[in-house]
Amino acid sequence: MKPAPFQYAAPESVEETVALLHAHGAEGKLLAGGQSLVPLLNMRLARPSVIIDLNRVKTLDYIREENGEIAIGAMTRQRTAERSPVVTRRLPLLADALPLVGHLQIRTRGTVGGNIAHADPSAELPAVLAALEGSVVVRGPGGTRRVAAHGFFVSYLTTALEPDELLLEVRFPAHEQQGAAFLEVARRHGDYALVGVGAVVTMAGNVCQRARLAFTGVGPVPVRIPDAEAVVTGKMVTDGVLAELGKLVTHTIDPTGDIHASAEYRKEVAGVLARRAIQAAAERARMKQMRMR
Amino acid sequence: MATRYFGERIRRNEDPRLLTGGGTFVDDITLPDLLHAALLRSPHAHARVRRVDTAGAEALPGVVAVYTHGDLPPSLQEPLPRPIPHPALVHHKTQYALARDKVRHVGEPVAFVVATSRYIAEDALDLIEVEYEPLPPVVTLEQAVRPDAPLVHEDTGTNVCAQYTQRVGNVDEAMARAAHVFTERFVIDRGTAAPMECRGIVAQWDPRLRQLVVWDSTQAPIPIRNGLARLLGLAQGGVRVIAPDIGGGFGPKIMMFYPEEVLVPYAAMQLSRPVKWIEDRRENFAAMNHEREQIHDAAIAVDRDGRILAVRTAFLYDSGAYIPYGLTVPIVASTTLPGPYKIPNYHCEFRAVFTNKTIVSPYRGAGRPHGVFVMERLMDRAAAELGIDRVELRRRNLIQPHEFPYDVGLIYQDNAPLIYDSGNYPATLEAALQKIGYEHWPQERARYRAQHRYVGLGVACYVEGSGIGPYEGCRVTVEPSGKVYAATSVGTQGQGHFTSFAQIIADALTVRVEDVIVITGDSGAFGWGTGTFASRAAVVAGSAVHLAAQAVREKTLLVAATKLEARPDDLVLEHGRVYVRGAPGKSMTLAEVAVAANPLRGTLPQEWEQPGLEASRYFAPPRGTFPNGVHAAIVEVDIETGMLKILKYVVVHDCGRVINPMILDGQIRGGVAQGLGGAFYEKLVYDESGQLLTQTFMDYLLPTAMEVPEIEVDHLETPSPLNPLGVKGAGEAGVIPVPALMAQALDDALSELGIRITEMPLSPNRLLEMIREARAKRPSPHPDPLPKGEE
Ligand SMILES: Cc1cc2nc3c(=O)[nH]c(=O)nc-3n(C[C@H](O)[C@H](O)[C@H](O)COP(=O)(O)OP(=O)(O)OC[C@H]3O[C@@H](n4cnc5c(N)ncnc54)[C@H](O)[C@@H]3O)c2cc1C
Repeated sequence: MKPAPFQYAAPESVEETVALLHAHGAEGKLLAGGQSLVPLLNMRLARPSVIIDLNRVKTLDYIREENGEIAIGAMTRQRTAERSPVVTRRLPLLADALPLVGHLQIRTRGTVGGNIAHADPSAELPAVLAALEGSVVVRGPGGTRRVAAHGFFVSYLTTALEPDELLLEVRFPAHEQQGAAFLEVARRHGDYALVGVGAVVTMAGNVCQRARLAFTGVGPVPVRIPDAEAVVTGKMVTDGVLAELGKLVTHTIDPTGDIHASAEYRKEVAGVLARRAIQAAAERARMKQMRMR
Repeated sequence: MATRYFGERIRRNEDPRLLTGGGTFVDDITLPDLLHAALLRSPHAHARVRRVDTAGAEALPGVVAVYTHGDLPPSLQEPLPRPIPHPALVHHKTQYALARDKVRHVGEPVAFVVATSRYIAEDALDLIEVEYEPLPPVVTLEQAVRPDAPLVHEDTGTNVCAQYTQRVGNVDEAMARAAHVFTERFVIDRGTAAPMECRGIVAQWDPRLRQLVVWDSTQAPIPIRNGLARLLGLAQGGVRVIAPDIGGGFGPKIMMFYPEEVLVPYAAMQLSRPVKWIEDRRENFAAMNHEREQIHDAAIAVDRDGRILAVRTAFLYDSGAYIPYGLTVPIVASTTLPGPYKIPNYHCEFRAVFTNKTIVSPYRGAGRPHGVFVMERLMDRAAAELGIDRVELRRRNLIQPHEFPYDVGLIYQDNAPLIYDSGNYPATLEAALQKIGYEHWPQERARYRAQHRYVGLGVACYVEGSGIGPYEGCRVTVEPSGKVYAATSVGTQGQGHFTSFAQIIADALTVRVEDVIVITGDSGAFGWGTGTFASRAAVVAGSAVHLAAQAVREKTLLVAATKLEARPDDLVLEHGRVYVRGAPGKSMTLAEVAVAANPLRGTLPQEWEQPGLEASRYFAPPRGTFPNGVHAAIVEVDIETGMLKILKYVVVHDCGRVINPMILDGQIRGGVAQGLGGAFYEKLVYDESGQLLTQTFMDYLLPTAMEVPEIEVDHLETPSPLNPLGVKGAGEAGVIPVPALMAQALDDALSELGIRITEMPLSPNRLLEMIREARAKRPSPHPDPLPKGEE
């Protein structure tokens, strides 16, 4: 488990990084926290000829509040985000999901940008971004562009990033008024989810005005099911509505199986988790309303 | 015997060193000019090797040597040794150092590269071209015994390498007359020990001294030394094998031999440069031996009162591609099965079967979890069918305290009769029931059910074979410094021998436990021994330690008697000082006696026999000693996701006299963690082409501290009459009953659904599948209300 030979570059600025990416094209690979890339290198499943280490680029480590969005710099460690009061207060869904990402040690190295850019189909943060309808900001030789979550995740481990593009920041819409819950089933604490779901709901009294759900582990990219969201929208969150939601989710999604869980399992448990997540999110939203009154 | 230390929770002598990074593991050995090795391993489960071209690898700068089968000397071209034969093992096939003309499992070594760094060695592996002709693989046990199955070894004409039967009484007759006979099929799948430290070997050849030194992560350094001497044409005295600190053994680190264990020393001699090979985790999954796979067809016959009349099992045992370790695992499974129960008629037969998978050899439990799973599941089945409380059914069948020694009527793995030496099974059971709160369980269970929670309780009993022969030894020496050195014949892999052995010696010589330095795992320090396995080190080596310490004590008194001009009987040894009873002023320290025992001039008194305060002793038990235990647990199932939560876990265990309760508790808890792994998390998965799909810790799931519950441990002490310390083994006690226990607890939790667990390991996926099937079969009259969300 030693990597194949590679060259190593350690740029100190975004401009330098983009220039290196441009020079090396598909042969270059960015290194962030290394928690996904290094195992791939060591198992020789990835053999880039140049590693471009982002760890000396100091300008990508920040959490900013801008126009109702929270912008998190790509090199912000997951653990830093987890401990950020801004995240806790304004991004409850992300705050719920972060402790489920691997283990403390992993999150201490792993970055928010790396998790999103890696686009693992079982990762939590892409589902959070999808549920919140957030976006990412990327920089290439041609300049900076903004890509919405639904356009960013293309397929398994594949995003809309060009080989010479760098992810600069991830933008999560603040949702402190809403109820949020991220639930997942993982074989062990800290494992990637077999199935996970992020739910955000807006409640008016006991009626759900708006609900968004994004699943992880059940498709090549985070999965949204508009029909399922419609089931709860405009309704009281009753056992009957939740049961209908669960059934619809189970019937609609189309996951694949692997050695840890069959497609059947994922379908069924996605329905269960959707139900529980909406219930929990609605409950939290009601608590917030009560507190505000 | 005054016991200041025996039985105390003494902190471990080795911990300050280990906790401050002062341990020496194989990978810590660095030597000048060190070369690094890597192995090219078969990517196929079953293939003919047509051609191996190493030219590209040899041309890579930094590569020093590349070996294939044909490059090895004749003694290493042969199949590796067969150290543990058995008359029933008719096809005793063992592995090659490097594949000859066929590969028989994924991970089997094909070529061996030595280079100036491990990186270059791995780069070179990419450049070796091998032409394989894939053959149809034999993957499952059931497939292997079909008449038209491909053959793992063509010359045998069959994949069944052994067939062996043991009986007590007449099972057929008893079953024919029985009021009830229940039959069941049980399946236990593969797992691996996953020690924290993978295997590793460093070898150094000194041509001037003609001395080969090998650091090896083995559990059996002395047998490895003996075998290496033979295979490499050296004197035993010319080979020193050191098993330094080892990050967990659990069984698979005892194998005589793993290919790497001969290849690394051979290359070091050939190249006259030291060579290191450190197994990486991916290799470890495919190249270190596995365990656990068996399929049992079993039956129990009981009378109307639930008394056992007969038990029968016929099982298949997957040995993997070769069977170097012989029939130990299936024999242990067969002989553990009867457990603490009186079974007048017992019939057990197994077939050991080759498949195109990694070799199987003992892993903590070594067949015991299988035997206990089968027996306990049969008991649960009988209890359920007869409507007798499961614990009451057990009580009716337990061997009683006055019935020891109890002859089970079988032959154990040491070829000696299976005779339980001592124990108190009813007391162990009652203590566990008390701790888990069995008496109030019906009400408790009803309360959970009223909250729509599926919670179950399990109780599982077992008897564990331990402390078998042939022998171990120890040499105790008091040096002129007053420090006591004890060289033992066994290796150590974290069991605390540096402390538990020191406690035995410290009591005998009345010194401080910190002043006893225990040496393990160095064939240069002690040359006769067999190794650490089968929960036997404390029993067999511990007894040898005791005997040697007692001999040194006597010698101390003898030497001091001469010097103090008193009779040995009038001397007292206390706090490391000998004095004349009634005249404490006339005294010598142990250090002074040690100096006196080794005079430079003058004469050595005849009765001293030899110089020095030193004695070597061996202990050879007549047969194994049998600890027993009961585990109990309360487990909750989320029936919508198949996830488990263990609410309570208790162990009551009797391994005779306890040397160090803290070390013992650690052994038990670690075992339970591994048992839980084998019950719910860990499973090696092969696909139909024989590819191992679980080769990382992302896919092979070890339970972590988050999954393992608090484990309450309690001990009864029924001393063994078979050794001077009265001890019994404890190394495997934690792991053995866990699958049986979890199965029973799950049955209890899911009894409304009529689920009966007959396989291990499980997973949320498998549990949900069973729940789904059960619901389809018996749609419950009142559909469950929605369980509460996870808030
Ligand atoms: C034991 C373990 C358990 C884990 N469990 C989970 C889990 O439960 N859930 C989960 O979501 N993740 C889990 N992870 C993965 C972890 O969260 C990773 O940190 C994350 O997926 C990748 O982040 P990184 O910073 O380590 O990126 P790296 O590993 O350095 O990079 C990953 C990929 O992203 C690319 N990349 C990184 N940064 C950028 C950027 N700024 N612009 C463009 N491309 C970039 C790299 O080139 C590479 O291809 C686990 C990892 C381990 C080792």
